[in-house]
Amino acid sequence: MAGTRNNKKKESSAAGKAGADSNTGDVWVVIEHEGDLAARVSWELMGEARRLAADLGTQPAAVVLGDGENSGQLAEQAISYGAAIVYIAAHAALSPFTAEPQSRALAGLVGKYSPGIILLGATTRGRDLASAVATDLETGLTADCTSLEIDPGTKLLRQTRPAFGGNIMATIISPGHLPQMATVRPGVFPIAKADAGATGKVVTYRPRLAAVQPVRRLHYLPELEDEASLQGADVIVSGGRGMHQARNFSLLEDLARELGGVVGASRGAVDAGWVSARRQVGQTGQTVRPVLYVAVGISGAIQHLAGMQQADIVLAINNDPTAPIFNIADFGIVGDLFEVVPALITEIKKRKDGAGAGIVFDRVVAEQTRKEAAK
Amino acid sequence: MSVHSVVCVKQVPDTTQVRIDPETGSLIRQGIPSVINPFDLHAVEAALHLRDEQGGRVTALSMGPPQAEETLRKVLGFGVDRAVLLSDRAFAGADTLATTFALAAAIRKISEEDPVDLVICGKQSIDGDTGQVGPGLARRLGMSQVTYICGLEDLDSEAGLIRAWRQLESGRELLEAKLPAALTVTEVCNRIRYASLPDLIAAAGKPVEVWSAGDIGAERSRLGLKGSPTRVNKIFAPPARKRGEIFSAADSSPAAAAATVMDRLQDRGLKMGRSA
Ligand SMILES: Cc1cc2nc3c(=O)[nH]c(=O)nc-3n(C[C@H](O)[C@H](O)[C@H](O)COP(=O)(O)OP(=O)(O)OC[C@H]3O[C@@H](n4cnc5c(N)ncnc54)[C@H](O)[C@@H]3O)c2cc1C
Repeated sequence: MAGTRNNKKKESSAAGKAGADSNTGDVWVVIEHEGDLAARVSWELMGEARRLAADLGTQPAAVVLGDGENSGQLAEQAISYGAAIVYIAAHAALSPFTAEPQSRALAGLVGKYSPGIILLGATTRGRDLASAVATDLETGLTADCTSLEIDPGTKLLRQTRPAFGGNIMATIISPGHLPQMATVRPGVFPIAKADAGATGKVVTYRPRLAAVQPVRRLHYLPELEDEASLQGADVIVSGGRGMHQARNFSLLEDLARELGGVVGASRGAVDAGWVSARRQVGQTGQTVRPVLYVAVGISGAIQHLAGMQQADIVLAINNDPTAPIFNIADFGIVGDLFEVVPALITEIKKRKDGAGAGIVFDRVVAEQTRKEAAK
Repeated sequence: MSVHSVVCVKQVPDTTQVRIDPETGSLIRQGIPSVINPFDLHAVEAALHLRDEQGGRVTALSMGPPQAEETLRKVLGFGVDRAVLLSDRAFAGADTLATTFALAAAIRKISEEDPVDLVICGKQSIDGDTGQVGPGLARRLGMSQVTYICGLEDLDSEAGLIRAWRQLESGRELLEAKLPAALTVTEVCNRIRYASLPDLIAAAGKPVEVWSAGDIGAERSRLGLKGSPTRVNKIFAPPARKRGEIFSAADSSPAAAAATVMDRLQDRGLKMGRSA
């Protein structure tokens, strides 16, 4: 258990605590994990939870649902990312993840500690769990939020999300219902800085769950991590139907290598079978927020833009000067990608040779200049 | 051996054409064509496939305005056995919680006549994009919840079990669920069939039953806008990124354009050198 390992943390037991205690109204993040590996989005949300809790004058908290095996380790991590309290629900039925026992455990914790807000990643598991719990608790749930703020007057959570494929943004509130629940797509918020010296309280909870559950996992096939992840990449070079053939993606691999980035794709390229669906950026793919997004041979359909508009800098390369991607690009080159991309690679190599090896973005400068550019 | 599946289908606006009126700030709905939610077609296919393999029935269920009948007509054309449309002003303005309340009440009513083994939905709708209805139905109906299915392995109705592959961000997992179960399927789960001529002819003779709030015995306070905890506080056009500097490779040369862009990127924080 975490408390025994780290003497900076106070351990307390859920048993005997009053139902409505001082934690009422806290901002919770459900930590998604496979074994001891937490999903990155959980830490992204921890940063948001801190900010929201500060605005409300309540505390940010993390919830770890599992068999107890890795809970202590995950709790320590959650504290380092800003959780003031970690609720650990431990039961054999909670691992591996299935919606039914997970939702019962989370609903049980909610009943006991009355959070004001619960945030989850808008992942397959996060959406599953959030929907089940919101239904059981008959409360409001907003999916795929891209911005969260506390209304200074009403103190309600204002949840903004894209709707209609990204053509429209909507701000949703759930007046008169607690907890206010939201899922947030991975990559929308920057990851909080971990502070190894942070302290927090760990509360353990033993949910009463049936040993036999309606759904059980027979196999798990982790996806081979042969390709670097889009999440957390500073530079993404994406190709679309303009690449014409699968093998032309090697050109983008080269550019990505020079820029220290990874390769993504539009749905056009994925549907053509040139790139794995896991590389797809957009409404039905991933949301990314790199410093630099290079769109090569991508027209800029609204569904694609929905996944990459939060990049600090967008560079588009397309031979059609009317391609909509140019309307949102900071920089664009109108031209044949088969000439422009090699020219970029040559140029980068030249500049690197002049100054030594390596390339990196100064995130602070990138963000500042982005704000100036938006004015 | 036979299975009765209820497939939930939704009529949605073609989202690529939805816009905000810059003058009034409201949604422009007029003249926007409606389509069947593309993921729901895969749900229909999954249900038909199981029926064709194991016998049984497929009932399609939709909630929407009277014109949503078109959507049900379309799925009848694929060979669905029965179609029910929930249509009543009381359903209007429902969020996902109020939607699952109404759909669950209708499924219970359908189940009274012919017990339901499976409820199958698309993984999400393209207008709301929430993915919350399938899991909500599972909870309300007390069914096993299996979402984001990328492949159906097998259905053993004797043993009352279904096995399916579920897509996760980190990989895939094979799940075994007790029936009855509520499933949601992704676009890679199957390939949608073409409507056959005999099915189309048979569909022409089939009615689309229309049920009101009274027909499903639902409390009005739990339906539509009244039964929805969430409220849309504001809608607006997404913050537009501005069009930046666009260079033409033809005006200068690809090399010159590349050099200019690299200069700009360096101004914007791109660093090259030993510190990197
Ligand atoms: C419900 C729904 C969800 C969707 N979700 C997504 C999503 O998540 N992500 C996504 O990307 N799309 C999504 N789409 C699809 C989207 O609408 C577009 O069809 C898709 O993004 C187009 O891909 P593309 O830009 O690669 O292809 P195209 O639109 O065909 O564009 C190819 C571009 O390449 C350019 N080009 C061609 N040859 C060259 C050359 N030699 N040099 C330079 N440029 C060249 C062309 O000028 C053109 O602009 C979705 C659609 C729907 C209906």
